[in-house]
Amino acid sequence: MTAADALPAQPATDPGAFGRPGFGRLMLAEWTKIRSVRSTIWSLILLVVLDLGFTALFVGLTVGQWDKSSAGDHAQIIADPVGTILGSGFSLSQLTICVLGVLVIASEYSTGMIRASLLAVPRRLPMLWAKSAVFALIVLVFGLVVSFLSFFIGAAILHSKAPVAIGDPGVLRAVIGGGLYLAMLGLFAMAIGAIVRHPAGGITGVIAFVLVLAPLAQLLPGSLGDHVHAYLPSEAGHLIAQSHQGKDDLLTPWQGYGVFAAWTAALMGVAAFLLKRRDA
Amino acid sequence: MILITDTDPREARMIEAEHLTKRYGDKTAVDDLSFTVVPGRVTGFLGPNGAGKSTTMRLLLGLDRPTRGDARIAGRHYRDLPAPLRVVGALLEARAVHTGRSAYNHLLCLAQTQGIGRRRVDEVAELVGLTEVARKRAGGFSLGMGQRLGIAAALLGDPSVLILDEPVNGLDPEGIVWIRTLMQRLAAQGRTVFVSSHLMNEMAVTADHLIVIGRGRLIADCSTEEFIERSTEKMVVVRTPDADRLGGVLAAEGAKVAAGADGALTVTHMEAPRVGELAAAERIVLHELTPRRGSLEAAFMELTRDSVEYGASAEPGGQGAVPGAAVPPPAPPAEADAASAEGAASAEQGENR
Repeated sequence: MTAADALPAQPATDPGAFGRPGFGRLMLAEWTKIRSVRSTIWSLILLVVLDLGFTALFVGLTVGQWDKSSAGDHAQIIADPVGTILGSGFSLSQLTICVLGVLVIASEYSTGMIRASLLAVPRRLPMLWAKSAVFALIVLVFGLVVSFLSFFIGAAILHSKAPVAIGDPGVLRAVIGGGLYLAMLGLFAMAIGAIVRHPAGGITGVIAFVLVLAPLAQLLPGSLGDHVHAYLPSEAGHLIAQSHQGKDDLLTPWQGYGVFAAWTAALMGVAAFLLKRRDA
Repeated sequence: MILITDTDPREARMIEAEHLTKRYGDKTAVDDLSFTVVPGRVTGFLGPNGAGKSTTMRLLLGLDRPTRGDARIAGRHYRDLPAPLRVVGALLEARAVHTGRSAYNHLLCLAQTQGIGRRRVDEVAELVGLTEVARKRAGGFSLGMGQRLGIAAALLGDPSVLILDEPVNGLDPEGIVWIRTLMQRLAAQGRTVFVSSHLMNEMAVTADHLIVIGRGRLIADCSTEEFIERSTEKMVVVRTPDADRLGGVLAAEGAKVAAGADGALTVTHMEAPRVGELAAAERIVLHELTPRRGSLEAAFMELTRDSVEYGASAEPGGQGAVPGAAVPPPAPPAEADAASAEGAASAEQGENR
């Protein structure tokens, strides 16, 4: 059989005969893209392993060293056990989402796939929105699972020192907030990946935001440093995974999450503008 | 159901470029290019490396924004096609495949954006001969397999317009014949087939019509026959025991005569019958009188010489520097060069990015 035999003799002539594909189809296509590369699978496995592993490790060490640590540390943990538990897990595992978020879009540029993607969706922005929606949903689901597991593991270990239950005030919101934080972090990383268009550069940029800027901001003198630090994307964003506003926090959990969302929206806006404007 | 369309069915498959211009900084890649590609025939898009072929195709496909001018397919801008893969199938020269994804999933995710089913994905994988490796990662594909995957993606939506950038790159001789036959059949079905190449001889046997560019500018837009007729030099090869006398007679009548190493004369600026008549009038015996055409590849190089972007500098003492040679030695006819086309294809696949 030759290729031409499989094609009908008279091709369609009206370019408008086929309707514009709906957003659902674009989401389905993005789901196929995301699930069919290994980096997704490995990143998500690593997220679960690192998060639960570090929850157990850090909370376990905290309990083991309890008698040697200061009263101030005790007070802080007892005031917000859920924040301590979730924070232990996320400290390192969140980097997997940073990397995956960048890769989801920047690898399309590094491999040339973006040209095929944009030929299929020449208006471009629907592709970006569909990708964002699918990726955020995937990370949200995994983030919630990881967050709940981390909480129950951590709470069991911490039980003798600082008992906490899912029904305590603010705790359920904080655990769900862990999932919300990771989903937003994924979008944040994806926006930077879309702007930078190079995997290595994008990952470096996101990690600079998440890990490097916070300690740098704290070096700034006085309340200026505190304010800059409080409004950094990941510093503000992770407040949602605390049961209530800490005594040193300038923002409430939801305010913090709002700041993170604003950062993400701004970067996504830049990414969309550039996607529309630049040659692919 | 009655389908009402305001587009003429021919126009609905045409590719139109109007004053298309693309500058990158102060470098002009495409310079005021206007042409129309019509359905029902294979139109070759010919030019040396760096002439702007790929850029023009990217402009047609909405991947790059023109600095000036307009590009339309089926009467619309590419970005305004509601389901573009069902109208236009494109193969881009640079690979457009995620290396970590299987061929099947690559085709599937493209199909899903247009509501094309899995059956069609299997179908196109089979018709380009990738069924057995469809579940393997595309990163491990050879250049030829990658090219076949690109062609499968182009055919996914059963499009009426095909835009193929250097499709023979990396294909083996069998693959070249396969893609050539495919393009000709697609055109015969009434589709518009626009295919770029930097290989004159490949285009001479594939395309019905040629659009030739150099340095982003239009050089020729005519049928392949006409292009060959116009651009290759006619010559006559004559053998005679009395070469000196005949040479003098022909030169006196305005012909240019060059003596070949084997004693044959190569005559230009005079047709074969006139050479025969003059020889007869002077009672000179002829052993051979053969009209020939210059090499198509040589003619193409001559035509685009001024417009080659990345040409090798002319080597000193090369062709043309032989003293006393008024015309180049007789070149083999065009078809003889076809065999060398494949070698050149794989050697020069790195064009552009």
